Amino acid sequence: MLDINKIRAQFPILNRKVNGKELVYFDNGATTQKPQTVIDAEANYYANENANIHRGVHFLSGLATDKFEETRNTIQAFIGAKHNHEIIFTKGTTDSINLVASGFRTLLNKGDEIIISEMEHHSNIVPWQMCCEQSGAKLKVIPLLDNGSLDINEFDNLLSENTKLVSVTHISNALGTINDIETIIAKAHNFGAKVMIDGAQAASHIALDMQKLDADFYCFSAHKMFGPTGVGVLYGKEDSLNALPPYQGGGEMIKEVSFSGTTYAELPHKFEAGTPNIAGVIAFKSAIDFITELGVETIAKYEDELLQYATSEIRKIEGVKIFGTTQNKSGIISFNIDGLHPYDIGMIVDKLGVAIRTGHHCTQPIMQRFNIPGTARISIAVYNTKAEVDVCINAIKKAKQMLS
Amino acid sequence: METLKDIQTEIVEEFEMFDDWMQKYEYIIDLGKELATIEEQYKTEDNLIKGCQSMVWLHAEKQDGKIIYTADSDAIMTKGIIAILIRVLSGQQATEIISADLSFIDTIGLKEQLSVTRANGLVSMIKKMKLYALAFQN
Repeated sequence: MLDINKIRAQFPILNRKVNGKELVYFDNGATTQKPQTVIDAEANYYANENANIHRGVHFLSGLATDKFEETRNTIQAFIGAKHNHEIIFTKGTTDSINLVASGFRTLLNKGDEIIISEMEHHSNIVPWQMCCEQSGAKLKVIPLLDNGSLDINEFDNLLSENTKLVSVTHISNALGTINDIETIIAKAHNFGAKVMIDGAQAASHIALDMQKLDADFYCFSAHKMFGPTGVGVLYGKEDSLNALPPYQGGGEMIKEVSFSGTTYAELPHKFEAGTPNIAGVIAFKSAIDFITELGVETIAKYEDELLQYATSEIRKIEGVKIFGTTQNKSGIISFNIDGLHPYDIGMIVDKLGVAIRTGHHCTQPIMQRFNIPGTARISIAVYNTKAEVDVCINAIKKAKQMLS
Repeated sequence: METLKDIQTEIVEEFEMFDDWMQKYEYIIDLGKELATIEEQYKTEDNLIKGCQSMVWLHAEKQDGKIIYTADSDAIMTKGIIAILIRVLSGQQATEIISADLSFIDTIGLKEQLSVTRANGLVSMIKKMKLYALAFQN
């Protein structure tokens, strides 16, 4: 049983007011709030530990390096990776996908195919479009079913010997659908294709075990799991990462540089050119510790209770239509109300202190699929409460009343 | 014809009667509902101001030396704000529109009431209205 009051007490921002009202934060799919431990770790690095990593012989450089690498080890354990050098630090999920897409381009030939899905975030679409443009490969798309799940039969039809890579999201940021990625990965591997999973919405909500999952690449962002912005992870199997050329050139990623030729460093440094977000990476460990102490499964169970409650309450509002209605869903409710624009709803509930997201959620193909301008989205985190769901539902009712 | 300045003063006075944001929003929503809709033929890609959140179609034509605006939006509050702008600018001379000081928007607290994204939308709406006036000036 989680002590939600004790959890909430760790998040200073939850005490603030917005527009004169207590903040009710339901935009966790965009970014989560940060516990004091993360804020302290970031500040403490600058106050007491600041030095560049992997470079200096002096005390502070050694300390910063140790703490930076400690986060890598923590993440290795958190996602069940085989080696710690399979954890690459990036700027975020988008950066991780671009890293793989940029490298994979050099491995592709004309006639090769990449498969993504209709529910992808733009950051798991555009890098592959660019990759295909530059390599002559073709992009194929797994369509969505009406309930917001993927059409796996159609995926079977798309797969062929030409498929070189499949990149799909673990959880849809706009629909909440949890994809059956185990099946997708197994099917793709049958054709010898590599698989990349966008885990941005999943990493703090689903227990991960890379060795069991068998994904070739998996990526996520620290800021969506109580950590700092500007830090992300690319996990890749050792051989899959080694097959990619370096992403960016610079310091740290080299073994030896001369004008007759440069040799590159081993993993993970090969993909970590330049000075990284050291403070962010160090503070990221505190975020992982926060999740681990509560337990991902315990978090997921609590969030699911809130999801079920919020879903049943919102369904009581006349004219509500929820997008993404599969059984296997994460804590995201994307909805519209008949005759109302999601933006109008968002504007009014904001005035009542409730933060939700409105718009296309960087998933315009989903909006086109359902022929809507956007949705209003409630996304849940472990510090949310039933009482907050009630405040949110009442705010939506008020918006409906004002707009109708 | 009332001058652009008179209309702005009227609007400021109307907004002064409201005690809180809710009344203000309700008024804007009502204005949005009352706005005469744009003719379907003018809802073209060229007339579209694309925002991140809502869409606005704005059409302008010159009648008897004056600029007449019609507009629509898929979001009602956006439509209400366009209605206010149309009330001020539509039916005025191009030169008046181009040089119009629209500081009443700050006075009635629209800018502060609206989120940054919406405020940006407001700016692009005004810009487009002034650009039409500029095009019709000669």
